[in-house]
Amino acid sequence: MRIATAKETYIADEGLLVTSTQRAWMGVLLAMLVLAPFVLNQYWLYLACLVAINVASATGLNILTGFTGLVSLGQAAFMAVGAYTVAFFEGQVGTPFLLNILAAGLVSALVGVLVGIPSLRVKGLYLAIATIAASVILHFVFTHWVSVTGGVRGINVAPARLFGLELASPFALYFVIVPITCLMVLGAANLFRTRIGRAFIAIRDRDISAEVLGIPLLKYKLMSFALSSFYAGVAGGMWAYFFRVVTPESFPFATSIFFLAAVIVGGLGTIIGSVLGAAFMTLVPELLKYVVDWLAPIFPNAGAALSPVRTIVFGALIILFLVFEPHGLAEMVRRARRFFHLWPFRT
Amino acid sequence: MDWLFFTEVTLAGLGSGALLSLTALSFVLIYKATRVINLAVGEILMLGGYLFFAFVTAFGLATWLAIPLAIAGGALFGFVVERTLIRPMLGESSISVLMLTVGLGSVLIGATELIWNTDPRALPDFMGQAPVFIGEAYVSRKIAIGFVVSALVIALFLLLFRFWRGGVALRATATDQAAAYSCGINVPAVFSLAWMVACATAAGAGLLVGAIGGISPTMGVFGLSALVVVIIGGLDSVLGALVGGILIGLVEAWAGTFLGGEYKLVTTFSILIAALMIRPYGLFGTVEIERL
Repeated sequence: MRIATAKETYIADEGLLVTSTQRAWMGVLLAMLVLAPFVLNQYWLYLACLVAINVASATGLNILTGFTGLVSLGQAAFMAVGAYTVAFFEGQVGTPFLLNILAAGLVSALVGVLVGIPSLRVKGLYLAIATIAASVILHFVFTHWVSVTGGVRGINVAPARLFGLELASPFALYFVIVPITCLMVLGAANLFRTRIGRAFIAIRDRDISAEVLGIPLLKYKLMSFALSSFYAGVAGGMWAYFFRVVTPESFPFATSIFFLAAVIVGGLGTIIGSVLGAAFMTLVPELLKYVVDWLAPIFPNAGAALSPVRTIVFGALIILFLVFEPHGLAEMVRRARRFFHLWPFRT
Repeated sequence: MDWLFFTEVTLAGLGSGALLSLTALSFVLIYKATRVINLAVGEILMLGGYLFFAFVTAFGLATWLAIPLAIAGGALFGFVVERTLIRPMLGESSISVLMLTVGLGSVLIGATELIWNTDPRALPDFMGQAPVFIGEAYVSRKIAIGFVVSALVIALFLLLFRFWRGGVALRATATDQAAAYSCGINVPAVFSLAWMVACATAAGAGLLVGAIGGISPTMGVFGLSALVVVIIGGLDSVLGALVGGILIGLVEAWAGTFLGGEYKLVTTFSILIAALMIRPYGLFGTVEIERL
């Protein structure tokens, strides 16, 4: 049972981690993140980087959808903008790695603001469809603006270089991608303790009430779009350095659905939800591969069935979570924590 | 400009527009009754096509029997989905239900790929091949039949909404659920009915679409075009579905022919954005008045 957590100062009350148990677990997590690249093999490091990239993008989408209540099905398109920005700057301008990543975020944010403009008039599901429209138009731009995007063939990206070191392997990229993602998640967690973040939440709960309370709706909705696509852009930039080639088909519409699904499975409107959701939705299809390998002696056709089974499991996960655990993985974590807080008493 | 060619393209556009209207009607039916956007509609189309394919090839049924069976299969599917998935979600936020239907679509695609693998297939021919000429203009027989069938079904729906008890109950539920309840309308049954009729319609539309373009696990993309139609027309407007369907059908045909196939989606989605900026609830949709 958790005792003696009375807070005596405002600083203690505002802390991100309020109990010593939380701090201890966070320390364990950080230690694991630092040690992981020395323990894991290439394949798992590759997955770890992929999870980190997806976590960054899912966190961004959660700012927009979970905290501001604006449903977006365009996250993949914003990631693509980031990836193309990195590819363009790396190939044709030759600016350094970290600057390219930053530029990817900023360009995406700009595009996000443009896409967000209809959000003042268009609401709810109509807005979700408008973001689909935006991603279709962006896809068209990627295939037809050949001088910048290389058309259908796409662009190859040179490996990232930082302080004279070439970051080509997942092992090297891990040390860049994971810290950036951690910083972005930390930023998002802090965002909701500021005026801006609180304004987002107010808009989600009731936008007219928020306006009456003195929150300029257009400004904050656009800000939310900008932030969310900044996250997507940075994630897309890291993606470009990770896979080293960007084509219009790198970020299909299904990716946008993937991120919305990840945010919903993780838990709308929670930071830990976007982290858990993105990790879960990225790793489950990979784990299915092991299941299929394991079943291969019994069902000889198991290998061919992998891709359809992944599609089914993806859909079934969304359905099952929505029906049985609508608040997602975050709620499960909360329940587990409550169990330990109150132990030996029962809730 | 060659006017005969233009007329032919326009007629083809009208044909696919009628199919889009039919699919959009399925969207609108579900949205009006239950306030759910069913993004799985494209996949239910696919289900209808594959059911027909299975009935004819695997079970060796005659076409005239397989068509109603495939449509009934769609209705059954709608009934099961409404009872097991949609009803428990009553009162949840609209995003959740939307994502539920996305998940459903994903399951359907995966199941189809698992059973029939990913190869595109042609549906067994049940319409004949002889081309149809309107004046001098050539129209593919399948598209002409698709247009006539869609028009008939839509007309039937309009009559049912106006005169049939069930249709009136559906309109009453759409207007005001509580009032409908207090008039003795069995609202849950109306929900079931709407899903059954809508999914049956979608399965029937799938038969027509499959007969024209063949069936494959990716044919659910047609649902995306139908989605554009309902958004432009207004989610809860039958008239909007008709006008929007014809409009998008024509625009897709013109853009596809005169600009090139890759311009189809961009043109329709640009129109979508323009329409939303001018009328946020679609051309004929009910404007929701928000109060504190």
